[in-house]
Amino acid sequence: MHELSIAESILDAVRAELLRYPGAKPLRVGLRIGVLAAVDIDSLSFCFESVVRGTDWDSLTLDAKSCPPTRRCLACLGDFESVEYNTLCPRCGDGNTISTGGDELDFDYLEVETDGASSTQVQSTE
Amino acid sequence: MERLPLKSKVLNENQRIAEELRERYRNSGTLCLNLISSPGSGKTALLERTLASLDPSTRVAVLTGDLQTDNDARRLARFGFPVQQITTGGTCHLDGRMIEKHLAVWDLDEIDLLFVENVGNLVCPSSYDLGEASKIVLLSVTEGEDKPLKYPSIFFKSDLFVLTKIDLLPYVPFDADVAEANARRIHPEIEIVRASATAPGGMEAWLEWLRARTAAFKERAAVAGSVM
Ligand SMILES: Nc1nc2c(ncn2[C@@H]2O[C@H](COP(=O)(O)OP(=O)(O)OP(=O)(O)O)[C@@H](O)[C@H]2O)c(=O)[nH]1
Ligand SMILES: [Mg+2]
Ligand SMILES: [Zn+2]
Repeated sequence: MHELSIAESILDAVRAELLRYPGAKPLRVGLRIGVLAAVDIDSLSFCFESVVRGTDWDSLTLDAKSCPPTRRCLACLGDFESVEYNTLCPRCGDGNTISTGGDELDFDYLEVETDGASSTQVQSTE
Repeated sequence: MERLPLKSKVLNENQRIAEELRERYRNSGTLCLNLISSPGSGKTALLERTLASLDPSTRVAVLTGDLQTDNDARRLARFGFPVQQITTGGTCHLDGRMIEKHLAVWDLDEIDLLFVENVGNLVCPSSYDLGEASKIVLLSVTEGEDKPLKYPSIFFKSDLFVLTKIDLLPYVPFDADVAEANARRIHPEIEIVRASATAPGGMEAWLEWLRARTAAFKERAAVAGSVM
């Protein structure tokens, strides 16, 4: 479905990020994908493999972490994972809770192999 | 080896365009609603009946997306309001750039209400922000009560759930209350209306929601305008 275009967006973003780190070779890209993001992680991994194959970066792998829906309790301000879409606060039992996550489709990190010169550059910008 | 933190959205290019569109809608006072459903749940039929019911002076426009054909745009253009077909070629969803491109021939200041009929697909369109004020999910009574649980993302992201084709309820084993409970389980705050494009009075609840949503939007815009 749309996992192929998402895989291409990931590669575009890696390419853009690497402009800041000349000479660095990307090894792994980390993602956080909410279970409500409508993205199938297996299908995305498969699509990603096929878009990097045959490029200079064919060793680049995807580390996609699935994230549960999360909510915040407005009574006790506690944050919790919503198991089976439960909306009651597990701490104080209040039902007045709001959604705080579960639909993310976000980058987390990029792991790169650097040689001497570019590695200093990487550290200096962090 | 270095690990660089990356703090952006994967679809950040689409997100950037969507935020631009949202800003333009705010400036022009345009309420944009993004209609999403499986193929054939009745998006075009709902819009046809909606356009038919509106006063000809209403400043409404429609963008309708499909993989192929301009059938839906033809159906919708019969009512005299501006309509454009977006043919995606093979893409299973609309994205911000397609909207931006098609809006170029319209003056948004002349449009108060913009309907976007997304490509028929209950999954992919939910990942692409189009700058809309609300996503609206449609599900017809022939599709099964469990669909909100099987396709939770779009129910999670939609402000309104329109249960369509309720005139068919007598003929199908579909429990509308269960379908609605399933949607509320995914998204407790979701609003729900039942609609039929064929039965007399079948459009009332939806049209009432639309009137209230339009009025609330205008009021908010007026308040924002007077603060500036
Ligand atoms: N009985 C009944 N049939 C309906 C209703 N709404 C739509 N239909 C029929 O369902 C079929 C599909 O309706 P469309 O409006 O084309 O559905 P759609 O969601 O726009 O379809 P795509 O754009 O192809 O995804 C048509 O044959 C309609 O006549 C309804 O309320 N009741
Ligand atoms: Mg249609
Ligand atoms: Zn609590």
